Amino acid sequence: MTAPVVRGSIRRRLTIIFLSAAAALSILVVLAIESVARQAVQTSQDNILFASAVSIMDSVQLRDGQVVIDLPYSSLSMLDSVTDERVFYAIYLDQDFVTGYDALPIPAGVTDVKGAYQTAGFLGETVRITAVQRVFAIRDVAQNLTVAVAQTQTNVRQTVEQVRRWAIGMGLAFFMASVGITWILVEFATRPLRRLAQSISRRGPKDLRPVAASVPREMAPLVTSLNSLMQRLQVSLKRSEEFIAEAAHRVRTPLAIVRTQADVTLHRVEKEQNRKALRDIVRAIDESSRAAGQLLDHAMVTFRADDLDRERVDLTKLVHASLEQLRPLADLRDLDLVAQTAASVWVQVDPILIQNAVHNVLDNAIKYTPLLGQIQVSVQATATQAQITVTDSGPGFPDGGKSLLTQRFQRGENARGVVGSGLGLTIVRDVMAAHNGTLEISNITQGGACVILSLPLE
Amino acid sequence: MRYFILAIGMMWTLIGAQVLHGFEIEARATFGPPTNDPNLRILSTADISYFEPMIASFLENNPDISIDYTVASSSQVMQAIAAEQAQFDLVISSAMDLQIKLANDGHALRHAPLRTVELPAWAHWNSMVFAFSQEPAAMVVSKAFLDQMGGTHTRQSLIGLIRKNPDKFRGRIGTYDIRRSGLGYLFATQDARGSETYWRLMEVMGQSDVQLYCCSSDMIGDVLSGKLDMAYNVLGSYAQRHPHADQVAIILPQDMTTVMLRSVLIPKTTQQPALAGLFLDHMLQRAFGTQTGAGRNLAGGPSLESSAINRIGLGPGLLVFLDRYKKQRFLSEWESAILQ
Repeated sequence: MTAPVVRGSIRRRLTIIFLSAAAALSILVVLAIESVARQAVQTSQDNILFASAVSIMDSVQLRDGQVVIDLPYSSLSMLDSVTDERVFYAIYLDQDFVTGYDALPIPAGVTDVKGAYQTAGFLGETVRITAVQRVFAIRDVAQNLTVAVAQTQTNVRQTVEQVRRWAIGMGLAFFMASVGITWILVEFATRPLRRLAQSISRRGPKDLRPVAASVPREMAPLVTSLNSLMQRLQVSLKRSEEFIAEAAHRVRTPLAIVRTQADVTLHRVEKEQNRKALRDIVRAIDESSRAAGQLLDHAMVTFRADDLDRERVDLTKLVHASLEQLRPLADLRDLDLVAQTAASVWVQVDPILIQNAVHNVLDNAIKYTPLLGQIQVSVQATATQAQITVTDSGPGFPDGGKSLLTQRFQRGENARGVVGSGLGLTIVRDVMAAHNGTLEISNITQGGACVILSLPLE
Repeated sequence: MRYFILAIGMMWTLIGAQVLHGFEIEARATFGPPTNDPNLRILSTADISYFEPMIASFLENNPDISIDYTVASSSQVMQAIAAEQAQFDLVISSAMDLQIKLANDGHALRHAPLRTVELPAWAHWNSMVFAFSQEPAAMVVSKAFLDQMGGTHTRQSLIGLIRKNPDKFRGRIGTYDIRRSGLGYLFATQDARGSETYWRLMEVMGQSDVQLYCCSSDMIGDVLSGKLDMAYNVLGSYAQRHPHADQVAIILPQDMTTVMLRSVLIPKTTQQPALAGLFLDHMLQRAFGTQTGAGRNLAGGPSLESSAINRIGLGPGLLVFLDRYKKQRFLSEWESAILQ
């Protein structure tokens, strides 16, 4: 058997695709969460800064045409309540610096209806600055008072860092879950393929039926071509079996005629030399005829095994019929045919095939048992099985050749001088296999072969 | 004391130092091996005698280090670090607001304290300012005055007492001149933040001709000498360390005791950040380490357990009272209460 040319793996490909997608998705989710968190935290910082700036603005009073600022304690302390933050502020009246940190940048675009926000570097650290503005009429002149409050971003950084760590944890968990899901998915996706492969490799050598099990739509073309291949194979196999049967049949009839003619001639010829030649001819014809017969039997068995024509059969009766049929042959060699049979053993089998198998076993026994020998045949029923046992007083099977015996055209080493094709036990084995039965062969201690045919009871 | 050499005593007028620095110093001392180039320069508002034990214990483990200890007022400390960029390795001050301002304005280095020291949350700010002692603002009174006060020691009872005997206490009560003393200003703003009683007390004191002082020690000295009956809002620790401390009583106001945190920071101008960190850790170890007890009062001041504590928080809230307008407003209110 040649190994398939393997390139790539569906499982690996699927795994890589799924896991890459999961990884990309995890990273995306982490980045998205981080970005949302950053915005949320920034907004909350802006709100606190805004509240602080407004609280300063609310403390501003006009007294005698002068702006009086009374910085509330909470306006700066509120900025430091959760984490330690450096805070800065600056107050301007129009363009004139009033108090606070005069270098603090004022976010552009601040108006008396809308605050402005800016992130900038100040005194060595990044700060978030919020400015609010309000209009005061000072001696009938409208003047803009701008309050800017700034804060370092320790809390923002910490919170974003915390969320990021959490998000990375979630991302990792998501990825790990994806690994598990991917494994299951890939397992599911490739399972029908493995099932198909198993169901095909489990089949017997002659099982060429189309695949009947349901498969996913994607695998339908594969199964269709597989079925069509098997169908063609079956047709071709059948054709060759038919050809063999036809050939055997066509050979057998002329052989019978030739055999008769040879017998007749043998009686007429007196010269010993010629008689011997004729006897050799007769023997050769017998052998060919028998081989043709067995080829025919084998073809029949092969043909019928695929589609058994089962009926209820009494095995005892069947064996007795075979014995009676073969008794003349045994008598020729002065063999003692002993039958020990139960009353009746009923099985559901194809009678023609079983008959053929029993016939073959008995024929072998008769052939290999020396003159004046004994052949014992028994039919018994155990709890689950019907057993036909045939023992003889012949030379037995050669050691180690048991398996060879059941191969096609193999004959025992001691079979020389005996007419046979080597197909007998092959036929028996095939018949038993078709009936879910077994064929056992062994040698018995007193000398001789033992063949046991077992069939499941009905 | 045998581990170090006290090289120079106090120099009240130090001409040489004034050439070196633009800011005014009050005293200076060096510890450890004599040298012209000390390893560690400390700028502090605390008296030399107050801080000596801390330096001594540090030199026990680090005998090779020479330490220069310069004393200046809190405003001069601010001037030295913020304006003149004077080179010091540690800045120790009782003026929490100015310490916070130094750090907030970027004049301090961040420092990660040792993990072995369990620093309470109130004892540090932004990894830059570290508190190493807490000292309550107390009333230091003479024994005679204590008898008249009776059992209740609140601002309210004090107001009542002075009102009843305005002539008796005329000129015999002292407190900080908050225009001159940073610590006095800090105590005053915190008092005012805590309750309205403060302003009434100031008015009452103003009516009985309150004496104004720049420093706790002077006030305590005058109580001891009998010139004063009572000093309000002084550092109890100073009175306690005085050799004649048994002649006066240190009272913590029961309605609310303001507690000041003496703090330390490493200025950006330091040439020895590692050594400064080592000394800072030593200070925190002594203040909060397990052997000495958390929050121990370094100077062995009065127990804080029985009073309602208002521990001044280290944080930017303190910057509010440093605002030019806020300060002007507060001082003018104070003046109108005190100077009648």
